[in-house]
Amino acid sequence: MDIKLREVEYSYAAGTPFERQAIMDVTFTIPSGQYVAIIGHTGSGKSTVLQHLNALLRPLKGEIEIGSRTIAAGRKGKKLKDVRRRVGIVFQFPEHQLFDETVEKDICFGPMNFGVSEEEAKKRTREAIGLVGLPEEVLGKSPFDLSGGQMRRVAIAGVLAMKPDVLVLDEPTAGLDPRGRQDIMNMFATLQKKNGLTCVLVTHSMEDAARYADKIIIMHKGQVYRTGAPRDIFSDADSLTNVGLDIPETVRFQRMFESHLGHPLDKVCLTPEELAAEVSRLRGEMT
Amino acid sequence: MMEKMIVGRYLPADSVVHKMDPRAKLLFIFGFVIIVFLANNAVTYAVLGAITCLIVLLSRVKLRFLINGLKPVLILILFTFFLHVFFTKEGDILAQIGFLTIYKGGVIKGVLISIRFLLLIFVTSLLTLTTPPISVTDGIESLFGPLKKLKLPVHELALMMSISLRFIPTLLDETDKIMKAQMARGADFSSGSIPERVKAVIPLLIPLFVSAFKRAEELAVAMEARGYKGSEGRTKYRILQWSTRDTIAMFLLVALCAALFMLRS
Repeated sequence: MDIKLREVEYSYAAGTPFERQAIMDVTFTIPSGQYVAIIGHTGSGKSTVLQHLNALLRPLKGEIEIGSRTIAAGRKGKKLKDVRRRVGIVFQFPEHQLFDETVEKDICFGPMNFGVSEEEAKKRTREAIGLVGLPEEVLGKSPFDLSGGQMRRVAIAGVLAMKPDVLVLDEPTAGLDPRGRQDIMNMFATLQKKNGLTCVLVTHSMEDAARYADKIIIMHKGQVYRTGAPRDIFSDADSLTNVGLDIPETVRFQRMFESHLGHPLDKVCLTPEELAAEVSRLRGEMT
Repeated sequence: MMEKMIVGRYLPADSVVHKMDPRAKLLFIFGFVIIVFLANNAVTYAVLGAITCLIVLLSRVKLRFLINGLKPVLILILFTFFLHVFFTKEGDILAQIGFLTIYKGGVIKGVLISIRFLLLIFVTSLLTLTTPPISVTDGIESLFGPLKKLKLPVHELALMMSISLRFIPTLLDETDKIMKAQMARGADFSSGSIPERVKAVIPLLIPLFVSAFKRAEELAVAMEARGYKGSEGRTKYRILQWSTRDTIAMFLLVALCAALFMLRS
């Protein structure tokens, strides 16, 4: 299911003296099955764009095509439930949305809102809790008895159990320990590859964007600044620093290595693994 | 929805009213609220209305914005108006619709009380629109200062007030966020029968309470970490300054009071 934004504009508190334009003239496509990263400086409009992806916010101008549904400015949309089932959003610090007595009931909340039977919801709960790497014993516990990291995983499981076609992630690993961060990010990537899930990741981590994304959208001051493949985006360091972003550590290392070496490598390497392979290949050539 | 509410919000601008000492504003409004109840005929209401318009003009708050923001309250006023119209049995009968009889006295009373409400709401919301919440509490603390001698915890009360005012927007933001997160999980807050809707609020309220308690604890720790130990020995960063325009406002209040005593019937 593709999501297409066309000239979308949105302001908060429109029509009052507190009006604040958040995004304008935003046009991009999230192709089905791809992993898309949206990066940008704080306040660049990333989160506002994200809330348009399942019609939590309605554009003041322009339109959004979500699969076969079109959400256009000025029209009142009804029956958005189907859109919300198909596009699952994991908000920043999703552990704040936990509320039910047990972890199981909390994870069932989403699916059951969308008309899934209790039996099926419980089955999905078991699947989802496994995906996020928690033992089934936590299902009977109160979500408020868990650690912060575990709560985060439960909240993510709550969205996964909805079985969305598109998974939108707003800094899903902020505040997690490095190991947990890697586990969760790898889990999303596997889901995207194996189940054909479309992933949209909003992140401040250039490393994550470089490692996982098929396509990168850079937001700046409420507008789309650049879109492209990670290798193209990260080969142009200046355009990134212009908007308060930076290149990933690996690329930075590569740049330093190249300046010591005296000539550039064949390609921009996006992950340490890629760079290591490239360097050892180079060494093989030299000896 | 929450974005349109103006009750308790501050609208920064550069106007005479904004520059007034919060103590003067508080005293003026306290006086005004009492004076409003002195009015009992058309002339006195006209005088009060004129004064209110003058204050609105001086404050440079757009009238359209003020009226839009007060719409929810206007509905309440309309409700009380109709209560008076239908249930006051005074004067001549104006009309009879079914079992309802409308008396002239009822209409007059309804109109007057609605105007009274309107004036009060306009003036008091102007206070919060033109004064930052912190200044309001500073003003209150200073005005109630003498009560400290009676062992009243004036500073603590003022602090409680400023904290609660300070966190209203934060809580509204939080509500909005959690609402959206639950809507993304298929929660429906805007349709269904009344019991269904009440049930739908649970996933909103519980996370809100949890985070409010957590926030309170964090705030307490952060304050203690910075050496807060109550009003004792605490100096002020913002010092309130009484100026001529504040004295003028006080004179205006006294004059208004005298005028109303003369004009009321």
